Amino acid sequence: MSDRDPKVRFEKVTKTYGTLQVLDSLDFHADNGEVVTVIGPSGSGKTTVLRVLMTLEDIQSGVIYIDGEPLNKMSRGGRLVPASKAHVRRIRAKIGMVFQNFNLFPHMTALQNCIEAPVHGKGVAKGQATTEALELLDMVGLADKRDHYPSQLSGGQQQRVAIARTLAMRPEILLFDEPTSALDPEMVGEVLNVIRDLARSGRYTILLVTHQMGFAREVSDRVCFFDGGRILEEGAPRDLLGDPRNERTRQFLSKVLEAR
Amino acid sequence: MSRRLAAVLVLLGFLAGLAIATFSEYRIFLPALLRGAVVTVKVGVLSIALFYAMAFIAGIGRLNKNRIIRYTATVYIEVFRGTSLLVILFWLFFVLPEFGVILSPLAAAVLGMGLNYGAYGAEVVRGAILAVPRGQYEASLALNMTPRKQMLRVVLPQAVLVTIPGLSNLTIELIKATALVSAVTLVDITFASVQQNQIHLRTIDIFVITLLLYYCLAQFVRFGGGMLEARASRHLAKAR
Amino acid sequence: MDWRWDFTFDVVLPQLWAAAGITVYATVVSFLLALVGGLVLMTLKVSKNPVVSFVAGEFIEFIRSTPLLVQIFFLFFVLPEFGITLPPLTTGILAIALYNSSLCAEVYRAGLLAIPRGQYEAAVALNMSPRHAFRRVIMPQSLPPIVPALGNYLIAIFKETPLLSFVAVGEIMHASKLIGSEYYRFTEAITIAGIFFLVMSLVSAQLVRAVEQYVNRSILH
Ligand SMILES: Nc1ncnc2c1ncn2[C@@H]1O[C@H](COP(=O)(O)OP(=O)(O)O)[C@@H](O)[C@H]1O
Ligand SMILES: [Mg+2]
Repeated sequence: MSDRDPKVRFEKVTKTYGTLQVLDSLDFHADNGEVVTVIGPSGSGKTTVLRVLMTLEDIQSGVIYIDGEPLNKMSRGGRLVPASKAHVRRIRAKIGMVFQNFNLFPHMTALQNCIEAPVHGKGVAKGQATTEALELLDMVGLADKRDHYPSQLSGGQQQRVAIARTLAMRPEILLFDEPTSALDPEMVGEVLNVIRDLARSGRYTILLVTHQMGFAREVSDRVCFFDGGRILEEGAPRDLLGDPRNERTRQFLSKVLEAR
Repeated sequence: MSRRLAAVLVLLGFLAGLAIATFSEYRIFLPALLRGAVVTVKVGVLSIALFYAMAFIAGIGRLNKNRIIRYTATVYIEVFRGTSLLVILFWLFFVLPEFGVILSPLAAAVLGMGLNYGAYGAEVVRGAILAVPRGQYEASLALNMTPRKQMLRVVLPQAVLVTIPGLSNLTIELIKATALVSAVTLVDITFASVQQNQIHLRTIDIFVITLLLYYCLAQFVRFGGGMLEARASRHLAKAR
Repeated sequence: MDWRWDFTFDVVLPQLWAAAGITVYATVVSFLLALVGGLVLMTLKVSKNPVVSFVAGEFIEFIRSTPLLVQIFFLFFVLPEFGITLPPLTTGILAIALYNSSLCAEVYRAGLLAIPRGQYEAAVALNMSPRHAFRRVIMPQSLPPIVPALGNYLIAIFKETPLLSFVAVGEIMHASKLIGSEYYRFTEAITIAGIFFLVMSLVSAQLVRAVEQYVNRSILH
C-alpha cells in the first residue's frame, strides 16, 4: 500500500447474471476519505457495485483493489490467483455495509446486534465491546433503546442501529445502499443526519447510493451517474447535479426532480 | 412440463418392469404380489372416497354455528387423530363385534382408514374455509344469500381449490397406510410380500418390487395433485 | 357387551404397563436418531455437489413415498442377508428413525429457507465466519418454525410404534394382541391401548403447543 493508491479501485470489473450484463468492464475509484454518491435509474447496477465490493456477489472478470491490495484475487509468486477465504476475510474487515432493509438480527436487542460481531467474530472483550457499542448507540441518538428488539423500534431507529452495528466493526469504507428508501418520509431526516456526520468526520471513505439529490449535493465530494452498468458521467456535485453535460443524466435528473 | 414427462416415464418404467417380470423367473411370486396390489388399490380407492367425504363433513361441521354439530365434529377429529391407525383397525375388527356390530375385513379396513384420514383432512378443509377472504362472505350477504347457499355456492368452491395440496399429501399418506390392513386379515401387497418371502426367500427382489409399487402409486397421486393444483390456480388467477 | 374389570386389573393393565415402557423407549430413541439423521440428510441435500444433492433428494423422496411398515419388513428380512442380525426392536427403531429422518430433513430445510437472505448478507457484511453466522444468527431464527414441527413428528413416531408389533416387538399393541390370543378377549386390551394413545397424544399436543409459544416468545419478540 502506498499513499498514491486509492482506497477503492475497480479495474475492468464485469458482472453478469446469466446473459444479463450488469457491470460492463467498470473502472471506478474512490480516494481515502472521499464521499462518492452513486445515482442512476433503477436497474443500472448501483446496488450491484456495492454488493460486489462487499463480496456478496462474485464477479466474472476484473480486479477490485482495496488500499492497492486485490480483494477478489491474491498474488502468489507474482501472479494473481483467486483469493482464499482467509484473504477475503482479512480485506473485507475494512468494509462495512448498511442495507436498504436494515437486516438487523431480530432475535437480538439493539446492543446485542452491535456487539455480536466484535465479540464473537473479532474476539473483542465483551466489556470493551459493550462500552464502544453504547458510545455508538449514543452517537446515533439511541442510547436509551439499547435493550429494545428491532421489532420494538421504528424504521428510522432500526436503520440507525444498523449504522451503529456497522461502525462497531471499525470499518474504513462505508457502503450505503439507499439507506432511506424503506423509511416513512418523517424518518428520513434522522438517518440522513447520522450519515451527514459520518461524511463530515472525514474518517471514512463512503459510497452512497441514494435518490436524495439535495443530500447528495450537500455531502458528496463527487457524484457518479450510472447507466447500463457503466459510469456515464461523474464530477463535483455542483457541476453534475447543476449542469449535467450528458443528455441521459439531464433526463434522469429532470425526472427525479419532477417526481418530488 | 417436466413433471408430466416424469410421470409418463414412471408409468412406462412400471409397465416395462411388469413385462420383464412376467417373462422372467419373477413369475413364481409376482402373481401373488399383483393379487395383493389389487386388494391394496381396492382398499385405497374406497377409503379415499370415505376420507374425502369425512374431511368435508367434519371440516364444515367444525365451523357450524350449532354447538352440538360443532362439538361432535371436534370430538371425532380429536379422537381419530389422537389414536394410532393400527389400534383403530384392531378395535373395529376385534372389539366392535362385542357391541354386536360385525364388519367384514374390507369394511373394517375402509372404515378405519377413511375415518382416521378424514379427521386429518377435516383440519385441512377447516383451514381452507377460514382462508376464504372476508369480502366473499360480505358480498354474498349483500346478495341476500342464505347461509347454506353462501357455503355451497360461494365459500366451498373457493376452499376446495385451496385444499388440493393438503388433501393430496394426505392421500399419499393414506395409500402408504393401506400397508396395515393385514391387521384385519386382508392380504394386501405388503402382506403378500411377507408371505411370498417366507415361501421363496427372494427377500430383496420381493421387497424392492413392493417398495417400487408403492413409490409409483405415490408419484401418481403427487402428479395428479400437482396438475389439479396448477389448473385450479390458473382458474383462480383469472378470476382475481 | 361385557367388560370384565377383574380381567382388566389382573391381566391387562400389568401387561400393558410393562409394554408401555418399550413403546416409550422406541419412541424416544427413534426420535433422537431421526433428529440427527435428518440433519445429515439435509446437509447432503443442500450440498454444492449436484450428484450428492440429487441422490440425497431422491432418497428422501423415496423414503417418504413408501410405507414405513414395508421399510420395517425390508430391514427386518434384508439385513440378515448381509450378515447383520439385530434384535427386532433395534431393527424397528432403525426403520422408524430412517423414515422420520427424511421428514425431519425437509423440516430443517424449510426452516432454513424461511430465513430472509438479508440475514445471511448482514452476517457477511459484519465479516462473520460461516460457522459463526450459522450458530448465532441463522440457527436461532430457524427454531420457531422447526421446533413445533419436530414436536409433531415426535407424536407421529409415538403413533407409529404399534407397527413394531408386526415384527414381534413387545410394545403395547403386541402385548394387546398376545392377551387377545391367549384369553380370546380383545375388548379390554385394545380399548385400553387406544385410550393410552389418545391420552398421550392429546397431552403431548398441548405440550408441543406450549413449547411452541415459549420458543416464539423467547426468540422472536
Ligand atoms: N440476483 C439477481 N439475479 C438476476 N438479475 C439480477 C439480480 N440482482 C440484480 N439483477 C439485475 O441486475 C440489474 C442491476 O441491478 P441493481 O444493481 O440492483 O440495480 P439498481 O440498484 O441500480 O437499481 C437489474 O437489471 C437487475 O434486474
Ligand atoms: Mg438498488
